[in-house]
Amino acid sequence: MSIEPGVTGQRLLQIRAEGRGALAGFLHVGYPTVDISLQALKALTGDGESEGVDLVEVGMPYSDPMMDGVTIQRAGTKALQRGVRTRDAFAAVDAVASCGIPALVMTYWNLIERYGADRFARDLASAGGAGAITPDLTPDEAEEWLTVSDAHGLDRVFLVSPSTTDERLRATVAACRGWVYATSLMGVTGPRTQTSAAAPELVRRVREVDPTAMVGVGLGVSNGEQAGEVTGFTDLVIVGSALVKTLLDAEDAGQPENLTGLRALVADLAAGVRAGSSSPAAESGTSKRLPGLVGT
Amino acid sequence: MARQSTGTSELPGVAGSSLPDASGHFDRFGGRFVPEALYAALLQLEREFHAALADPAFKAELNELLADYTGRPSPITEAKRFSEHAAPTQNGQPPLILLKREDLNHTGSHKINNVLGQALLTRRMGKTRVIAETGAGQHGVATATAAALFGLDCTVYMGKVDTERQALNVARMRLLGAEVIAVDSGTQTLKDAMNDAMRDWVASVDHTHYLIGTVAGPHPFPLLVREFQRVISTEARAQVLDRYGRLPDAVAACVGGGSNALGIFADFIPDGDVALYGFEAGGEGIETGHHAATISAGEVGVLHGMRTYVLQDEEGQTKASHSISAGLDYPGVGPEHSWLHQIGRAQYEAITDAEAMDAFQLLSRTEGIVPALESAHALAGALKLGPRLGAADSAERPLILVNLSGRGDKDVDTAITWFGLDTSGTSSESAGRAPGAGSKR
Repeated sequence: MSIEPGVTGQRLLQIRAEGRGALAGFLHVGYPTVDISLQALKALTGDGESEGVDLVEVGMPYSDPMMDGVTIQRAGTKALQRGVRTRDAFAAVDAVASCGIPALVMTYWNLIERYGADRFARDLASAGGAGAITPDLTPDEAEEWLTVSDAHGLDRVFLVSPSTTDERLRATVAACRGWVYATSLMGVTGPRTQTSAAAPELVRRVREVDPTAMVGVGLGVSNGEQAGEVTGFTDLVIVGSALVKTLLDAEDAGQPENLTGLRALVADLAAGVRAGSSSPAAESGTSKRLPGLVGT
Repeated sequence: MARQSTGTSELPGVAGSSLPDASGHFDRFGGRFVPEALYAALLQLEREFHAALADPAFKAELNELLADYTGRPSPITEAKRFSEHAAPTQNGQPPLILLKREDLNHTGSHKINNVLGQALLTRRMGKTRVIAETGAGQHGVATATAAALFGLDCTVYMGKVDTERQALNVARMRLLGAEVIAVDSGTQTLKDAMNDAMRDWVASVDHTHYLIGTVAGPHPFPLLVREFQRVISTEARAQVLDRYGRLPDAVAACVGGGSNALGIFADFIPDGDVALYGFEAGGEGIETGHHAATISAGEVGVLHGMRTYVLQDEEGQTKASHSISAGLDYPGVGPEHSWLHQIGRAQYEAITDAEAMDAFQLLSRTEGIVPALESAHALAGALKLGPRLGAADSAERPLILVNLSGRGDKDVDTAITWFGLDTSGTSSESAGRAPGAGSKR
């Protein structure tokens, strides 16, 4: 059974045809404020003026983010203290979609369940959202989500990890629509000096299960060079903590509205996925490897 | 009111319990809402648990540890003088309150029962490190103890607020060789300690076992912790039958995550005539919003890998809980309790900080037993149950079995503050005052 490409998978196929790697960027809605976060999310896309990310992940802050590292926790906690609401995510999705870039929300399941899964899916779809990534919801517990995401035509991205068994890998890939999120390191989110050696192997295993599956690799990329490396073996490079950190740094410097650092990192990352060679044909180690970035 | 014994289940064993189902559900509660990165470890733990239950050598080793290391079986104590303060039953007599003395276990609480079982599983899985979350520190101390006994590395996550109010237990854990990490994220209490332990586990799962201390979290933890705590009710049921020739009329326990409660409920669940009462932390009163009464005042949601009652706001964000007792200060509850509540098999009610502190002092002064503040909630609840027990035309004195889940040494600092206890000693000039003077409230 082949994965359904959905909105985001089709976009990734187009980018693959262009012969470059794709880039996804994560930022919370609500940090540093709801208004500034909408500007920041648009800045991820290059504001329709320059190169930016190809997919946006709109993070929904949560009180108990057990998968997140300290950077994302810190920003999420501040967003909650400043009163961000679930419905703000729809405004964020709308802002991104207006730039012509697909937006997925990334959220812990309880926020969807509390809003009402069907209502959430409906409101996300009406805001122009492409779907959702659910880090603490696996297909095992996803019956309701599968139903409502089908009903409202939303992509649904589940995670796989290096410890995922072959049997679970098949079931998870089959349940995804759009692409498959490969967590490349056994760990929580956060910048690392080295990306993981386990990542290329995990991408290979996903493609073995389903050669048509598009795969995103997350956890650990913090600059254009690393993005280029990861582009060498996968379809989509996902960056989160490093982007969030630019906003935290701006606030620490007393200028929370200053998106200069964010824009510079987005430009670096976008150039990185364009410099790195993409396409499955180039995955087998022929890409230029920057010393010390892949493998430990 | 003669009742037939329905037969005790094996220790440890899942006899008599059809739930959770194979995927860890108690009807709509429970399950596994976890990152995929943890799935393999949960499946491995589940396999190992079932293999261990089927292995006579495992049971023999656990039972030997429970006897020779923990000091089981723990006795039942008649709280005669304490019972005189209980509300009368329907036939006018006060109930007789029986204490299941888990406070007498090694390390001072019921937590050791579960910890020894999971430590043996850790060894079976070939893992060399355990991590744990702790609220009051009782589970952390028990885990640090087992880690020392088995030669395992040990890291305990404890909310920063809790490290301050339970400093004695922090020192005990360090003395036992454990690393104690004060968690300063979120509300800096038990739920945040659990978040940080989960984060650690996601990154260390190859060599680390997350030794969850309560009947909460993703499957199989609610099942396996219940089974390792079942020994409490297996013993107590036989002890009460042996001594009184009948089952208790009611069983009472405090409920935070709910492990001591399920431990003392488990074998009584099939005994339909035995009423089960779980007493949650009502804090400053449910109406104030400062409480940890999850079933009494929460709504169904997903937290820490399980679907259960959660204290949450209208957006699904977890609310801060409050209890004077760190071990009950948790905004979730084990999914089996949510299910027992749903089917009406157990009743869950809230006890305020003030009621618990009164019972804490009363037991100390009437029985010479200083209970843990957690257990004091169960005692306070038991004092109120009388009017619901017994029959007006029966001469039999109703029996209430209370799980005295821990001892209160760790809570003396809290008591000093609450009661304004004078720690300097009474001077010789003022000696001879009426006994009992000196408490302010």
